[in-house]
Amino acid sequence: MPLAPAISDLEQLKGHPAVAKLLAWNPGSVTGVKFDRDEMTIYVDRSSVREACALLRDDAECAFNFLSDLTCVDWFPAEPRFEVVYHLLSIPKKERVRLKVKLDGASPVVDSVTPVWPGANYFEREVFDLFGIRFSGHPYLRRLLMPEDWEGHPLRKDYPVEGYR
Amino acid sequence: MILNMGPQHPSTHGVLRVLLEIDGETVVRLMPDIGYLHTGIEKTCEAKFYQQVVPLTDRIDYLCPMTNNLCYVLAVEKLLGLEIPPKAQWVRVLMNELTRINSHLVWLGTHALDIGAMTVFLYCFREREEILRLFEAVSGQRMMTSYFRIGGLALEPPLDFFDRVRTFAGYFPDRVDEYENLLTGNPIWMMRTKGVARMTAEDAIGLCASGPTLRGSGVDIDLRRDMPYSSYEKFKFNVPVRQEGDVFARYLCRVAELRESIGIVRQALDGMPEGPVKANAPGIVLPDREKMKTQMEALIYHFKIITEGFAVPAGEVYQAVESPRGEMGYYVVSDGTAKPYRVHMRAACLANLQTLPKMCEGGLIADVVAAIGSIDIVLGEIDR
Repeated sequence: MPLAPAISDLEQLKGHPAVAKLLAWNPGSVTGVKFDRDEMTIYVDRSSVREACALLRDDAECAFNFLSDLTCVDWFPAEPRFEVVYHLLSIPKKERVRLKVKLDGASPVVDSVTPVWPGANYFEREVFDLFGIRFSGHPYLRRLLMPEDWEGHPLRKDYPVEGYR
Repeated sequence: MILNMGPQHPSTHGVLRVLLEIDGETVVRLMPDIGYLHTGIEKTCEAKFYQQVVPLTDRIDYLCPMTNNLCYVLAVEKLLGLEIPPKAQWVRVLMNELTRINSHLVWLGTHALDIGAMTVFLYCFREREEILRLFEAVSGQRMMTSYFRIGGLALEPPLDFFDRVRTFAGYFPDRVDEYENLLTGNPIWMMRTKGVARMTAEDAIGLCASGPTLRGSGVDIDLRRDMPYSSYEKFKFNVPVRQEGDVFARYLCRVAELRESIGIVRQALDGMPEGPVKANAPGIVLPDREKMKTQMEALIYHFKIITEGFAVPAGEVYQAVESPRGEMGYYVVSDGTAKPYRVHMRAACLANLQTLPKMCEGGLIADVVAAIGSIDIVLGEIDR
């Protein structure tokens, strides 16, 4: 089963309900799309991610009402360095979509989606803990897994696997 | 008053610490504190070859090792675009349902033990022992099985394996009746669980709960049925859903799942296809021992896979499976080399644990123990 090439042309993918919805709401909110291995990725502008999530959750046609996962990827030393990844699931439609926000390494701040899904709480705390990304509007942004007095963010690529000794 | 519960408390199922703000016997505020078991598995994965990550996945959720194995290998196979032979897929389904039964038996035993029913624990572990022996027969290990490989299975199951599973599937439904006789109609059990730790469907979805915790609140979703993987679409089973949203509803969901799982095991035994258990992908799947001794190419491939791994085309995949606890997801990012650039596990328990304050605030301290048991947490998965 050879892999089909990835599609990253916005013109070809604007028929996807989530992309169409976001474009109709604010054309500047979508900065790119990718369709690869049967999975849809939408790159969202950093300032509009919370509204985009609320929109996709409440829209009857999309109905992405469940936040499956929220995590981050560090592309050090490239800039923008971080990609915060949101995996949304539509329970009524049984479909998934992935939203991505790119953040630069100097000030990795993004709006928290806890007002949209209270369950994002732990996911965002974990990302804050392990990547050092701050989520503005989060109710309790403290370390989740590492000790309170830990220095550094272990899942960053410039943090050695063995740790500092 | 602030009460500290755990991390070494017998009913927290591991090293969960819970901070309780109480007013008399009533819980005003509850805050779970986790991280005591954090081992940095996600970071470790980035330093290993793709095939070396499989044994790490067992350690995440030690009660359902096969489900973790399956989720990871499915994600990598999707990255590679690899086709898996039908027999391997069916054995994977079979082993996964046995894992689900195994995990639910531990849950049922310890949950009942927390609430005060000692006997159920002994009964559950009697059946679990047989499942662990079956695991040992196929993989050599009782718990950390690492039986699935990228591209298929580690080995063919031994000759008498399917007969042993059939014997187990024959008597297991009667054993579930035994558990239910002890609990379902038991007035003490009902008083401790009915109407306790309620959660509405909206709350459950908002808090990202999944699995029986979500289905106990009336949301009808099961990834095996709704987004099938590994040929689950060829199996017939019901998805138990309860509307009440209390501890008793979650209990009934899981007990009903025990019966459904054994039904899937029977279907897998009856329809087991013939054929190889490994994909025909020489650079990715390790060659058979026999071929290595007789064929030069097989030896070269073996050497190359062991020493330098295999490159996976760049891209990213999110693969989710229905674990006994809910939606388990692996997000694997490849940069085109032989080591994963990023592996992230979506831990069902981590999300489910967030429902605990919602369930317990306003209730009694004694019910906190029932609520913790009803969401079926495994701290290894929460902390990773």
